[in-house]
Amino acid sequence: MEANVTRNLVPAVEMRNITKRFGSVLANNRVNLTIYRGEILALLGENGSGKTTLMNMLSGIYYPDEGEILINGKPAVISAAKDAFDLGIGMIHQHFKLVDVLTAAENIVLGMPGKLDMKASISRIEKICKDYGFEVNPIQKIYDMSVSQKQTVEIIKVLYRGADILILDEPTAVLTPQETDKLFAVLRNMRDDGKAIVIITHKMNEVEALSDRVAVLRQGQYAGDMPTSSTNAQEMTNMMVGHKVSLNIVRPDPINPKPRIEVNNLTVRSEDGILKLDHVTFTARSGEILGIAGISGSGQKELLESIAGLQKTEGGAIDYIENDGRHVSLIGQDPVKIADMGVTLSFVPEDRLGMGLVGNMDLTDNMMLRSFRRGAGVFTDRKTPRKVAQNVVAELDVKTPSLATPVRRLSGGNVQKVLVGREITSAPTVLLTAYAVRGLDINSSYTIYDLINHQKEHGVAVIYVGEDLDVLIELCDRILVLCGGQVSGLVDARHTDKREIGMMMTRIGGTDHE
Amino acid sequence: MFDFVSFIPRAVMQGMPLLYGSTGETLTEKSGNLNLGIPGTMYVGAISGVIGAFFYENAVPADVALNPAIAIAVTLLSSLLGSLLMGLIYSFLTVSLRANQNVTGLALTTFGVGLGDFFGGSLIKLTGSDMAYMSLNRTSNIFRTTLPFASSTGWFGKIFLSYGFLAYLGVVVALVAAYVLRHTRVGLHLRAVGENPNTADAAGINVNRYKYVATCVGSMIAGLGGLYYVMDYANGIWSNGAFGDRGWLSIALVIFTIWRPNIGVFASILFGGLYILHMYIPTGMNLAIKEIYKMAPYVVTIIVLVVTSMRSKRENQPPAHLGLSYFREER
Repeated sequence: MEANVTRNLVPAVEMRNITKRFGSVLANNRVNLTIYRGEILALLGENGSGKTTLMNMLSGIYYPDEGEILINGKPAVISAAKDAFDLGIGMIHQHFKLVDVLTAAENIVLGMPGKLDMKASISRIEKICKDYGFEVNPIQKIYDMSVSQKQTVEIIKVLYRGADILILDEPTAVLTPQETDKLFAVLRNMRDDGKAIVIITHKMNEVEALSDRVAVLRQGQYAGDMPTSSTNAQEMTNMMVGHKVSLNIVRPDPINPKPRIEVNNLTVRSEDGILKLDHVTFTARSGEILGIAGISGSGQKELLESIAGLQKTEGGAIDYIENDGRHVSLIGQDPVKIADMGVTLSFVPEDRLGMGLVGNMDLTDNMMLRSFRRGAGVFTDRKTPRKVAQNVVAELDVKTPSLATPVRRLSGGNVQKVLVGREITSAPTVLLTAYAVRGLDINSSYTIYDLINHQKEHGVAVIYVGEDLDVLIELCDRILVLCGGQVSGLVDARHTDKREIGMMMTRIGGTDHE
Repeated sequence: MFDFVSFIPRAVMQGMPLLYGSTGETLTEKSGNLNLGIPGTMYVGAISGVIGAFFYENAVPADVALNPAIAIAVTLLSSLLGSLLMGLIYSFLTVSLRANQNVTGLALTTFGVGLGDFFGGSLIKLTGSDMAYMSLNRTSNIFRTTLPFASSTGWFGKIFLSYGFLAYLGVVVALVAAYVLRHTRVGLHLRAVGENPNTADAAGINVNRYKYVATCVGSMIAGLGGLYYVMDYANGIWSNGAFGDRGWLSIALVIFTIWRPNIGVFASILFGGLYILHMYIPTGMNLAIKEIYKMAPYVVTIIVLVVTSMRSKRENQPPAHLGLSYFREER
């Protein structure tokens, strides 16, 4: 069933019966996909359903085992990145492919033939910027740029090469709401310019706001496509998962909340002397989820690490309150001791393997990183971690050949399930979690929310740093908003909206109505 | 009074082998290859040139003058060939077979020095001399031919014109290398390969080819440093081991110049000066003091390392992928 037959669009790409295997794993199984000019196609699917693999075959990173690809109606062979450029295909990868010490302009012209003429290149880049409304300084070094600026450079890079088929792999995962809006405006511009655009994303509201058509992959197979206007988040999710799922986050009322962590005038400075947290004060209660909102880099990381004892603080106090009301100061404590009190931290960095997991170790061993001190004498206990690993794999549906598989071999989403699953299931009293669902598909995200709620019901004090404001508002009991290291507001999640929090995220001095 | 007019030419001649070595190593490192085989490569470059010159000198009767063009061509080509082979071995091991770069480099240095000593010893034996050295005086004289007016323009001639052509070539090579790195597409691609081969690969750059070419060209340039040492600095006299630790000093110089060959032109002369400073400062008969002065170049390198790391400016750091091998399918 082709949804666009009536809309008289010209196909830019036709993929027919594409099959790709990695060893024994079937990543794509006889997939048929058509991409039209003047249209934004959202490609949906769970983690590991083969979306990125499919698109990588268009950008020349992988080569299909079976099937054929037609570009502008003609059969095409794409066996290297250069072939893709020549056919006008440009892909913006999830992990940016930029050289840090070079300028934006140098990165953009990288790999192109001919004489190096930076002046001419820069004026061409400036013209592209003007045409599409980008703001980028061509002579700025990449390491000086924010994530969104880097992404802009990536987009200009493919446009500079004359690409008219653009593929974006989770482009909004690291952007603020404002930056996302800007990106979408640019993408709509390009669509109206007659370009074909494919966007891979997990955020349903973005799919609805941006795309003209959605195509869904399920376990490597093509599950169907439909115009965005005639579907909704529920239907799309059902199609992705293959059965009906509930998209409601339950929010049980806190049972008997008691103060658990008390932060008082906490001040933290980075190594370069930049003020990261400025007199932050709040209380986290047991049996309650405290959300933390803020533009990334507003001090979320420092805050969680201070509580976990990993960050040197400059001033202020952090107290852990025992069940009997005794206060224990956490500042200056050994992180191991803090962890023994039941304070666990799961921080999902932009590169998921960067923190908390060892890529070359298997699932069981990674679970053991939490518990290796236990066991009899010099011997460690391997049975318990194996059981934990089994639980995490079963509960979060981690796609792995076995428990003995090195973590780095798993797909990004699955790696993250292992990390988050380990921290959440370690039965803590305080659960610190940041970006737990970063890059996870919608079904896994909801499983994680359920797990967090489960901990809340057990009386755990949860501090949840999140990016998606809709989720923060639905999941949390209270939301603390950070702006430039200061608390710009503390609101009751039941009586607030996105607009209010969005304002606080960008401005100090928001209202405080608890 | 410190005698600058005689000190500077000695410093320049002392610095030239280091300049060649560091220019070659900089090009190599810019491709992400940390070639610690440079000392061995320079040694091989020297002995290969010596072998070529030896056979040409022996082919021409002692009372007939050497043809300068042939003498230079034979010596240069055999030197370049020798160091090219060293570069190829290193590239094959580290790029194609992805062997550990440090281990490969150190092995090649040991290998190159051994190879040089073996052929050096053999040639000395062929001359029938019972001395521990041999002289290629006739070829060396051609290499040491100075520019005209050198002796008639006083201190100016002494400081600027009194060198053989290899010294000027060394400066030109360093400046050209700096220009290529900074202002050409090849240079841009090479820097990208050393910084982030994944990105370079995705941009359609042939990573392995760049690594091979940069390492081999770098090795050939470094080898010329060895040749300059024998033919110019040592007046054509080869004796095993005389080359000393100049190879390691070249690698230190790469760090000192923060990977910029144009800075190397001055820095090598400074290093050369520091290297011979002990001969110009009265130290009396105390050999221990002399040895302390000899440490100067290394102390300066350590200070530069400390200063550049403290300022942590990204442009002054080594290429990000230096010392690591690249494999596309690694996650």
